[in-house]
Amino acid sequence: MTGVAWPAIVAIGVGTLLLRASFLYLYERIDLPPRGERALELVPAAVLSALVAPSLLAPEGAVTVVGNDRLVAGVAALVVAWTTENIFATLAVGFVVLLGLQYLV
Amino acid sequence: MSGRDSFLAGARAIAPVLLGAAPFGLVAGAAAVEAELTVVQALGLSTVVFAGASQLAAIDLLGRDAPFAVVVGTALVINARLVMYSASIAPYLGRLSRARKALVAYLLTDQAYALSVTRFRREGASVWYYFGAAVPLWVVFVAATAVGAVGGAQLPPSLPLGFAVPLVFLAVLTPAVTDNASVTAAVVGGGVAVAGATLPLNLGLLGGALAGVAAGLLVDEAGDDSGGSGKPGDRDGGETA
Repeated sequence: MTGVAWPAIVAIGVGTLLLRASFLYLYERIDLPPRGERALELVPAAVLSALVAPSLLAPEGAVTVVGNDRLVAGVAALVVAWTTENIFATLAVGFVVLLGLQYLV
Repeated sequence: MSGRDSFLAGARAIAPVLLGAAPFGLVAGAAAVEAELTVVQALGLSTVVFAGASQLAAIDLLGRDAPFAVVVGTALVINARLVMYSASIAPYLGRLSRARKALVAYLLTDQAYALSVTRFRREGASVWYYFGAAVPLWVVFVAATAVGAVGGAQLPPSLPLGFAVPLVFLAVLTPAVTDNASVTAAVVGGGVAVAGATLPLNLGLLGGALAGVAAGLLVDEAGDDSGGSGKPGDRDGGETA
């Protein structure tokens, strides 16, 4: 098994670097239509939400609403994020609510 | 803002995320050794690949004697989302030298991308801000891998440090949501990702992101008069890549 470990590590590393580098180098060489530019502008909203939503709504894999402390903490943090746009305030409220629910309730 | 100030601003922004990266690194190191990889190979994964989710999948497959092509293919599908990040920040980083672009690429992660793209939109591009966020993440992740590989991962399970990561993503998500199209992109992206949360290969994330972008573009095309129409059921953008 360890025989293929190094070749696999190197192949994954090279492949991943190419994925990461792809548009950093290609962007200047291709003429993106306005629709493509607009699609790129929408990537942060779509990706960040796709990263966050499962960790709040389905922390164990299946969607859980009742008794889901992370969802409650996440909603509280979302309100703070929306009103303050401050990372530390968002973190503080999210953690305080989560720990409060886990240890006090 | 000087390069140094930008670097420090990036480092301050990434600090809470490091709380989540450290346990992830510990697990990546410990899992590699449990799968009978050597400590050096565990560190090789974290430095050569530097993408935690794909590392855990590769470790699992290597431990089960999966064929080389399956190990590599699985890891690369999990990392396909990095192409989106690359495309998303490329417009801000066009003027960099080739060498700096290579370093930007090597250090590209969910976390460095999330913090930087939000910052670039508000205050203009700064590669030093990006490095300020990305370099500490690399250092902590690799160091934690070493600790996990040598000592195993022993964390108090009740301390939810990993929760820092979604909270930071939440904080940078709200400034990215500015109009009907981006609201739609976020709602559809999140909804599809939740629906696909149990899919293998991180496909829920990839499909959610693509579906979200496609839905946002549809809202744009429908024009302003459709304002606030809520969540379109359209998901077929998710399968195109």
